[in-house]
Amino acid sequence: MRMSRYIFVGILLGFTLYKSEAVSWFRIFEMFNFQSFHMYGIIGTSVVSGIVIVQLIRRYHLRSVEGEEIVIPPKNKTYPRYVVGGFIFGLGWALAGICPAPMFILLGSGYTVLILFLASAMAGTFFYGVMRKRIPH
Amino acid sequence: MVPDWLVQLRDFISQPWPWWVAGLMIALIMFLLLWFGKNFGMSENFRVMCAADGADEMNEFFKINWRDQEWNLLVALGAVFGGYLASHYFAAPDGAVAHVSAATVESLRALGLQFESDQVPLVPEWYSWEALFSLQGLLMIIGGGFLVGFGARYAGGCTSGHAISGLSALELPSLVSVIGFFLGGMTMTYLIFPLIFK
Repeated sequence: MRMSRYIFVGILLGFTLYKSEAVSWFRIFEMFNFQSFHMYGIIGTSVVSGIVIVQLIRRYHLRSVEGEEIVIPPKNKTYPRYVVGGFIFGLGWALAGICPAPMFILLGSGYTVLILFLASAMAGTFFYGVMRKRIPH
Repeated sequence: MVPDWLVQLRDFISQPWPWWVAGLMIALIMFLLLWFGKNFGMSENFRVMCAADGADEMNEFFKINWRDQEWNLLVALGAVFGGYLASHYFAAPDGAVAHVSAATVESLRALGLQFESDQVPLVPEWYSWEALFSLQGLLMIIGGGFLVGFGARYAGGCTSGHAISGLSALELPSLVSVIGFFLGGMTMTYLIFPLIFK
């Protein structure tokens, strides 16, 4: 496995979300208050360009660097999990002001206390693994 | 002596990035990962870390070959590096400030958070070890983390997996998830924040 390419992508991600202020609790607060176009512009631009990219990949059967066909795995079409899980995620996103990628970025910026956010998110993930069979999907 | 153009390049990168630059960069990142034969999804790392820490022996949800997911941990590690570099060597000229709107400064005031306009920090003061001794800080760091970790796996993805990768692939489940993210986020912002901050 060529490791450096993934680290490079991660560095790009870190710069992008830090320099565009998407890592900021206050920007997330602003977004959920619908008081600025900024976050919608970021997500909107990436989704519109992402749709074009995915369509081109599918139409021209673009191959990966390893020469295999690029497959984008479809998501399961059962909906309660997306509504309920999405809602719970949204509660945490607004409360903490960070989603998983910004958490890693701000850890690197020196906010070491976020290691506890990471530990807590792992605990939440583990709790989901335990509860998975007992909650509606 | 550092050449002038390098200094200029650094200053250029150091400005706050407009939304469209960030949006295009995120699309590029998604494309690069697809091109490498992978999929952009950061919250999967929580599951991988659980598995690597031994959860695979406790629960079948974590019985994954986490070494196949090592690449994703490397992306996370790169994000840590990127955060370090961007904040230490490419700081914005006016400091670590979030350039939020005047309306947002007003809404923050209504919650009892006083900031001058143009002085709203990028990172709130409660991202600190001291803040863990307050109920607010504890809720935000520990409670927020748990909800994010649980919700992301329940919904099968987070902002990167659903809002970026999923919507780009025109996945209806991802649209439903993103609507769920916003309903949850608005509930927190409008109904629960007034209780936490007052």
